[in-house]
Amino acid sequence: MALKGNLRDFPTTQILNLINLARKTGTLTIQGREAASMAFREGKLIDASLGKETDSLAHILQRSGKLSTEQVRIIETRATGISDKQLGHLLVRAGHVTQSDIIQSVRHYVLEIAYSLFAWAEGFFRFDADQLPANSRITIPIDLENVILEGSRRLNEQAALQREIPSLEATLRFSEQREMRARQLNLTPAEWRVAAQIAPQRSLRQIAQANNLDEFEIRRIVYGMLQIGFVEFTQSPRPGARPNGAARGPAAAPPLPPAAPQESGAARRSVVMRLIDRIRGL
Amino acid sequence: MQTVKMVITGPFSAGKTEFIGAISEIDVVSTERKITLANEQQIKETTTVAMDFGRITVDQDLVLYLFGTPGQRRFDFMWDILSQGMLGFVVMIDSTKPETFREAQRIIDTFSSYAATPYVVTANKQDQEDAWSPEDLRIILRLSPSVKVLPCVATERESVKNVLLELLYSILDELDAQEASASD
Repeated sequence: MALKGNLRDFPTTQILNLINLARKTGTLTIQGREAASMAFREGKLIDASLGKETDSLAHILQRSGKLSTEQVRIIETRATGISDKQLGHLLVRAGHVTQSDIIQSVRHYVLEIAYSLFAWAEGFFRFDADQLPANSRITIPIDLENVILEGSRRLNEQAALQREIPSLEATLRFSEQREMRARQLNLTPAEWRVAAQIAPQRSLRQIAQANNLDEFEIRRIVYGMLQIGFVEFTQSPRPGARPNGAARGPAAAPPLPPAAPQESGAARRSVVMRLIDRIRGL
Repeated sequence: MQTVKMVITGPFSAGKTEFIGAISEIDVVSTERKITLANEQQIKETTTVAMDFGRITVDQDLVLYLFGTPGQRRFDFMWDILSQGMLGFVVMIDSTKPETFREAQRIIDTFSSYAATPYVVTANKQDQEDAWSPEDLRIILRLSPSVKVLPCVATERESVKNVLLELLYSILDELDAQEASASD
């Protein structure tokens, strides 16, 4: 008998708690904003997917920045029909990634999906005992206690961040405060990746998509940068048309506008001439 | 306001942070952390984990941002992102460290593959006795005659200015060539 219900009555936290305490093995599927599933073995989270299709290892590694778009394209054309485990062995042996890269990337991927489900207030769920992912799939056992704690914490933080940054359609620019003591900043690589893409013509949503960040992560990073005065909104942020749309992986991302807009030759020449004049005068 | 971006790249410890610091109107924002790899520790006590960032305001409508790439291979994943929309790039090479030239070649090949963007190569630390000359670097890196290899001392503002100006002249040349081919 499958365990069934609605998140409205039985939230994600409680379901995970039950699975953890009962050391259940099987797959939880949820039909909410979209389809999602999480697999468990003896009460530990081992796999997750969001949307209709399960991301392949190549795409997971791309999302974590371990493989480039070009490398994934080559894998998809040349390595069709091989399992994630086989692909993992090949990539490690070829020196493209390490075993640790794979473990960290898969773990991060699974956790991000799990955390995102905490925010779902409604959706039918069903737990099918003993139903597990295919053997070819790479699974990493993750203790559920910490997932529940972190998911609950994020849920509270997400609400606060949503109030501060209501729309991901907002755009940023670097602060004009010359007195900013920039040398005191200590940014993480993730924050730098976001900083590298800040331009008045690029929305937070586009930056998130380009960096494979979910809504929570991009809001948290930008909030930190705003607080220290490193960046500022180009306009006051307004609630966007898609406040609940999750930032997804590269496959769902629309093409990014370039940081330097495509200009006519004359406009580009004018920019270069102004730069030359300025640098000569320094 | 329009923003344009130049990328300053090169092997580990080539002088990218100093280069940006010599010309930026703000203190260079860099993430300096204690490093753990023994061979890198012999070179610098701390190293740039992520990247450097500098700014030159041209006027009210135009700002140039300088982004320095991380020097170590484990941060290569950021290059693709940094290269998007760049006006041009500078490849910094420590002329006194031939053991880094092969890495410089790899960086040039990688960045050139992202986009057909003009670039210049700088032979940094030309104030030191054992520095390789720019022309020797050109040969060893197998650079085409169209690529400028410029002498540089990254701690000196005039030297850095010269490199940026030469890159901008190369960009102008590229625009000229594009216009000429369009009118043919």
